[in-house]
Amino acid sequence: MTSQNRESIVSKRPLGASISRWFGKNLIRVYMALAFTYLFIPVVYTFVFSFNDSGKSNITWQGFTFDKWLYPCGAPRVCEALGNSIKIGLLSTIFSTILGTLIAFAIGRYAFRGRSASNLLIFLPMATPEIVLGASILSLFLVLQISPGFWPTVIAHVVFCVSFVVVTVKARIASLDPRLEQAAMDLYANEFQTFRRVTLPLVAPGIAAAALLAFSLSFDDFIITNFNSGNVTTFPKFIYGAAARGIPAQANVIASAVFFLALALVIVGQVVSRKRKVS
Amino acid sequence: MKKISTPYLLLLPGFAFLLTFFVFPIVSLAQVSTATPVSGGDIDDFEQTFRFRNYLEAFLDSREHFGRSIIYALLATLIALLISYPLAYALAFKSGKYKNVLLVLVVAPFFTSFLLRTVAWKQILGEEGFVVPPLRALGLISESTTLTSTAGAVILGMAYNFLPFMTLPLYASIDRIDPRTLEASGDLYANGFTTFRKVTLPLSMPGVVAGTLLTFIPAAGDYVNAELLGGPNNTMIGNVIQSRFLIPDYPTTSALSFMLMAAILIIVVVYIRKAGTDEVV
Repeated sequence: MTSQNRESIVSKRPLGASISRWFGKNLIRVYMALAFTYLFIPVVYTFVFSFNDSGKSNITWQGFTFDKWLYPCGAPRVCEALGNSIKIGLLSTIFSTILGTLIAFAIGRYAFRGRSASNLLIFLPMATPEIVLGASILSLFLVLQISPGFWPTVIAHVVFCVSFVVVTVKARIASLDPRLEQAAMDLYANEFQTFRRVTLPLVAPGIAAAALLAFSLSFDDFIITNFNSGNVTTFPKFIYGAAARGIPAQANVIASAVFFLALALVIVGQVVSRKRKVS
Repeated sequence: MKKISTPYLLLLPGFAFLLTFFVFPIVSLAQVSTATPVSGGDIDDFEQTFRFRNYLEAFLDSREHFGRSIIYALLATLIALLISYPLAYALAFKSGKYKNVLLVLVVAPFFTSFLLRTVAWKQILGEEGFVVPPLRALGLISESTTLTSTAGAVILGMAYNFLPFMTLPLYASIDRIDPRTLEASGDLYANGFTTFRKVTLPLSMPGVVAGTLLTFIPAAGDYVNAELLGGPNNTMIGNVIQSRFLIPDYPTTSALSFMLMAAILIIVVVYIRKAGTDEVV
């Protein structure tokens, strides 16, 4: 629609004035279209090349095939790497969500001595570059003579996920109306019942969002994983290792599938939360 | 009514974990940074000798990389800000009923593995991609010019990869602005530019500060973009730390990590002071 507009104005070519008026009116739309194009170019590229009938390296277009989608584990070790990433992601999500939610309740709900120091301790891991975090956690494992591998990776992931969980859940707690809890207390609910029946259900969407964020941070992490995982190959590590000799199209299939799955999850989440608001 | 000990009990497990696996590692990193190799020992045996020259030597060996990291990260942050601000503004004020859809679309690209997206940029901008050959055919760039292996590619790659860290905090703070304050500014005869400078921008400063920090910090320590999109002349401090780590030269790795963290903290503190806001998180 907008491109038609432009053509009609350009073809009339009345004066520079009307062109600039059109741009003034639609500038923000043109801008958004450009920004979204920039954002989506590599995503679309990755998706298109998941259909490439390529051999080992997936750089030039060889022809269309569905094979890679039918046999996503066809490339050696790609599904093993994916499995590791999912396992590490789930474990670090569980641990970081529990630890982070407890901290968020403490900081968000209570005034206590050392609250600002606590906030600082939460902020610091986010302000530390991944490479420093990765190297320092590894140096601890080396001092303790623990060799890098699966569990060191999980621990390292929990370290950087906790802060993001705290920030997300804290924001949700801060937006709660304290009168709801007071009302529950007025209706003779004790502290525990109020928490179970009122506070927790209200904070739950924040906890769910935090868990999703933690999983996606862990799943996509490369730098910290590279330091602490030893011989364990995660999906990002697989891609990095394959980048030199050619990434199999199956990696594009898996990445695209993850993309659509995550998109579906977010859309379902939005629809559910909107229905709740309406009812 | 509420017990005094409750918040501390809630904090205990998480803080015990962070003390063990965040604070303590930083301390052990400090220890390793002044160690020296054990003569006659294994390649990864180091002993504490409090050799602070490690820092000086590490810095002198890689000051170019330090400089490049800071400059690249600053430019990437600036570009991300220039792209994100109008985008976040449009999302907050101009997207109407499509707001939620567009917000999902902003985040969606980052559901695809960041390494694959960076490799995608490398291939798109590479010799066999669909950008360079047409430009060559049209004579717009010479045979020897490449788009990858350049500082520009590294900076654009970083700006791209850390964009959601910029857009989301910006959106959160712009979305909180009451549109009536902008109308009021207009009623008081401020033009669009003045309204932006005097009302919108100051009110969105917490988002600008949070977004720039969340972009600058990971960018300064990044080495993946420099490795995939840059050439031998575009390596950053992260590349040095990574390659030293593989040798393994843990003292130099640790000393460089510490200096990177110190440099970032200094920049962050100065910046927060100048921007005059405490609402970072």
